[in-house]
Amino acid sequence: MRTSNFLTPKWLFSIALLLLLAVTPILADIFDQAFYLSIATRILILTIAAISLNFILGYGGMISLGHAAFIGIGAYCVGIPIYHDYSSGWLHIVLAVSVSAVFALITGAISLRTKGVHFIMITMAFAQMAFFLFLSLDEYGGDDGLTIWYDSEFASGIDIDDPTTFYYICFVSFVAVMYLYHRIVGSRFGRVIRGAKSNEKRMQALGYNTYNYRLVAYVISGAICGYAGALMGNYTNFISPDMMGWTRSGELIFMVVLGGTATAFGPIFGVLSFLVLEEMIPDLMDMVHSGAGFYWHLPFGLILLLVVLFVRGGISGFLDRLGKR
Amino acid sequence: MDSALLITQLLNGMQLGILLFLLAAGLTLIFGIMDFINLAHGSFYMVGAYISGTLVVLLDSFVLGVLLAIPLTMAVGYVTEILIARSLYLRDHLDHVLATFGIILIFDTVTHLIWGAEGMVIPLPAWLNGQITLTESIQLPSYRIAIISAGLLVAVGLYYVVSKTRLGMLIRAGASNRTMVQALGVDIKVLFSLVFAAGAAIAGLAGMMISPITGASIGMGNDIIIVAFVVIIIGGIGSIKGAFVGALIVGMIDTMGRSYLDQLLKLFMQTGTAETAAPAISAMLIYILMAIILAVRPQGLFPPKVR
Repeated sequence: MRTSNFLTPKWLFSIALLLLLAVTPILADIFDQAFYLSIATRILILTIAAISLNFILGYGGMISLGHAAFIGIGAYCVGIPIYHDYSSGWLHIVLAVSVSAVFALITGAISLRTKGVHFIMITMAFAQMAFFLFLSLDEYGGDDGLTIWYDSEFASGIDIDDPTTFYYICFVSFVAVMYLYHRIVGSRFGRVIRGAKSNEKRMQALGYNTYNYRLVAYVISGAICGYAGALMGNYTNFISPDMMGWTRSGELIFMVVLGGTATAFGPIFGVLSFLVLEEMIPDLMDMVHSGAGFYWHLPFGLILLLVVLFVRGGISGFLDRLGKR
Repeated sequence: MDSALLITQLLNGMQLGILLFLLAAGLTLIFGIMDFINLAHGSFYMVGAYISGTLVVLLDSFVLGVLLAIPLTMAVGYVTEILIARSLYLRDHLDHVLATFGIILIFDTVTHLIWGAEGMVIPLPAWLNGQITLTESIQLPSYRIAIISAGLLVAVGLYYVVSKTRLGMLIRAGASNRTMVQALGVDIKVLFSLVFAAGAAIAGLAGMMISPITGASIGMGNDIIIVAFVVIIIGGIGSIKGAFVGALIVGMIDTMGRSYLDQLLKLFMQTGTAETAAPAISAMLIYILMAIILAVRPQGLFPPKVR
């Protein structure tokens, strides 16, 4: 499917979206809409998480219903050190990435022995374990969550309390993660992962130990999602076990599928539309009937259902079809 | 150890096990036969509780309310199957997870619209609200005994239907080889609808029975359904026997863990450490059990013989 023509609707749309994201702080400043900057920051952070999930789910066929656990672990790797007054941002990032990677290594080593529904359920079970672990840590707020009183501090004079600075940290991270995954997917390693999804026996017959390849992919995915969690902790300044509940993982899967699995721009399309729906539906419903917005989960659930039933390939697939006309 | 407390906890464990079995029975059949992951199965548990709660108050009779609510919940399951679930069977598991996640959101919000956010308190009739006195010190709450007996009755009934009747034979045949059953001229669509609706009704029954104790609330099925999935995975997907054994193991371990793990840990830990560690470990216990079983026996304890 390699085309030299970049003037397809999908590419134009993607490039316009990237440019828009690059100048969002300036636009937000001009129109005095700090709210949109905050939403855009959230979009970028969730997209990093969605990209990491898309790699194992979309390209690798590993349906993890526990990916939100890594966001939670990453966020707690910021919250707990700050609670004890260790404010170094580098420490937080190293902790978030390494703890997530170790969690992914241990849980992945067990989970990847299983297939199909067993894999879905065992990843969810491990996420539930993490959920209950943090739920029982009364020292760090338990059920009530933990407020992070100040942001991670970086020695080099970067002040991430400033929304614009923080936004650009997220933006650079997002671009870096996109590029990283672009390279991984195209690499020999990425080809083995994709090959194992479409025909595992054949990959094994070719001499690849698919289990090891998948495990490495799972660990990379967990580590990157943990990094997104560290950003999320700094973004919300409040963390709770609720961040890693299984419904959160379900939402993350929805974002990936909505955007289009196994596509480069799918995650950003998915997260963007998910958050737009989440923000817009209640407002629209309130316009029709005051107070109706409270029930926004109803149309949201319907849309989810319709997307699954009728939209093949998500938004990315839709844009592809638009280009073929 | 206090024997009265031990007996109460054993009863609680039994009760949780029985409720889990009622949920897991439908789940395991639906998955076994149709290869369909239904995260929304817990919604029928909630819908059952609300419908029976309304009828119990309306009719002023607990038994009548529950008896009427069972076919109504079954109808809700039937409609769900025809409208949505049916078109998903041939899709992959990812679509199942997402679509049924959407169904959960819809059911929760509709319940919220109809019954409000406060939840519902369901009164117990006086004759079920007493205690059965065994000895001077040991008294058993009669409603818990009623739940356990009703659940066991359903278990026996299910066992009879699945293993002794023609319908059960078709269900088992469908679980092991769907295509062959179809080739033999059985209308598999009707069979699917029936199993789905019956599974919904049994899950609803679990909700009806627990609601006088815990009340009915929005999203009450969403936590327990995850535990029910743990049950069917431990027991082996598609197996009623596995669901029963798995449910009792999970119910007992969860209840006993929560009440006695701290004492167990104190045997080889400092009191303070044991008291902090116990709640965390006991909440994780069933997931740890599931991980161990999956690591050692990926097909569960009682996998159906032919797949």
